[in-house]
Amino acid sequence: MIKMYSEKVMEHFRNPKNVGEMKDPDGVGEVGNPVCGDVMKVYIKVSKKGGKEIISNIKFKTFGCVAAIASSSMLTEIVKGKTLEEAERITRKDVSEALGGLPPVKEHCSNLAADALKKAILDYLSKRGKNEGGPERS
Amino acid sequence: MHTIQSRVIYLDNASTTPLDPRVREAMLPYLTERYGNPSSIHKVGREAREAVEDARRKVADTIGASPEEIYFTGSGSEGNNLAIKGIAWANRSRGKHIITTKIEHKCVLNTCHYLEKHGFDITYLDVDEYGVVDLEQLKSSLRDDTILVSVMYANNEVGTLQPIKEISQILKKRDIYLHTDAVQVLGKLPLDVEKLGVDVLTLSAHKIYGPKGVGAVYVRKGTRMDPLIHGGGQERGLRSGTENVPGIVGFGTAAELAKNLLLEDKAKFERFSEKLINEIPERIENVKFNGHPKKRVPNIVNFSFPRVEGESIVMYLDLEGIAASTGSACTSKSLEPSHVLTAMGISPEVAHGSLRISFGRFNDEYDVDKLLEVLPGIIEKLRKMSPLG
Repeated sequence: MIKMYSEKVMEHFRNPKNVGEMKDPDGVGEVGNPVCGDVMKVYIKVSKKGGKEIISNIKFKTFGCVAAIASSSMLTEIVKGKTLEEAERITRKDVSEALGGLPPVKEHCSNLAADALKKAILDYLSKRGKNEGGPERS
Repeated sequence: MHTIQSRVIYLDNASTTPLDPRVREAMLPYLTERYGNPSSIHKVGREAREAVEDARRKVADTIGASPEEIYFTGSGSEGNNLAIKGIAWANRSRGKHIITTKIEHKCVLNTCHYLEKHGFDITYLDVDEYGVVDLEQLKSSLRDDTILVSVMYANNEVGTLQPIKEISQILKKRDIYLHTDAVQVLGKLPLDVEKLGVDVLTLSAHKIYGPKGVGAVYVRKGTRMDPLIHGGGQERGLRSGTENVPGIVGFGTAAELAKNLLLEDKAKFERFSEKLINEIPERIENVKFNGHPKKRVPNIVNFSFPRVEGESIVMYLDLEGIAASTGSACTSKSLEPSHVLTAMGISPEVAHGSLRISFGRFNDEYDVDKLLEVLPGIIEKLRKMSPLG
């Protein structure tokens, strides 16, 4: 049972960035299950910059262990200012590497963060699709 | 959060305890000049033998046993393995049914799972919302081929005591052995094998301010038990291997201290626990006390804080210089919460937010107050972070 966390993980756990809810988010994604001890909710704000859609703001709320909270916080830091295409490509590995690695048994936490973001982007795209009558992407 | 802690406030004494300085003093000669092998017949060996037998008397004396009923082991886990597998192997011609509970320590549960693979049939008894075993279910589970009932005396997560005496009454006149894991009871409540009516009882030194790596089993005379470790026949053939002399000496002194300081320690634990049980719900909204309000060891207090996860509580406490523990084990894909809390009917969501505080001899009032001071802020911070409504 490895329970060692990197300095980076503890830094993000101690002072998580971008915690909270967002008023009028453009997209929301929630993953996990309280029964499993992990729930992550990600809120995004999307704006146009140089003809591209970027994630201008991101917030999270997480119920979970140290790794879950640190992964959520790190994810929001990585994502801010990225284009939607770039953000969609963020993987569990990107989050975990940015944190200086996670104990093997905690890797799924970084997965959860990446999944929550993907869901929030999908939510945004489906809403945009409806509003603009454009094609819905999946 | 940013203050430098000079001293850790150690509130995890159910996991392990610091070595009592008196125990260390007693051990030191056996780590240095008294290095003898108790099996040697020369003076150096005899010295070691005397020390081991003196420790055996002290441990026996603490639980109302005779010295020849005490067998030293390498740990509490080994003691439980020896008790269960030892009885299972020695009595398998008589029957292959064993009864235990759903809330045992992993070293009992996994030993039982191992025996299942070898053809034994195990009944895992349910517990009620307080963590107390169902005696009616025990009675109805007894069979002609039942050879052993193994029920822990005090649960390590919630501190609930099991009705061992009543169980021994139920088993009376039946040819069924009764084993109890009492590692959490020694030094917290009076312990007497005759009053309890058990055949085998497990103890561990490091839970009572003794060294790690040494435990003991009490085995009533006449109990049929096979050894797990074969070799030179030490411990009257039940546990071969050269004795851990310094460890055993330390255990002896720790047991003696546990007996002499019992009333003092117990009174302190009761005072501290009562304070937590009264004040945590006053200071923090929506908390759940886990365990039995009365039938409990006095040094373990377990609370659940819904909407937050236990490891996060433990690590924020750690950042404040306080050591405690949780039954939430977010360590795998399955993310199973504590099997003890789950067996008590507590929902997984609530079980994930559990915190175990366990007091020890070296805690003082300041430690309790410090916990009460920082815990509300930690729970509030985590709840603000939580998406659960």
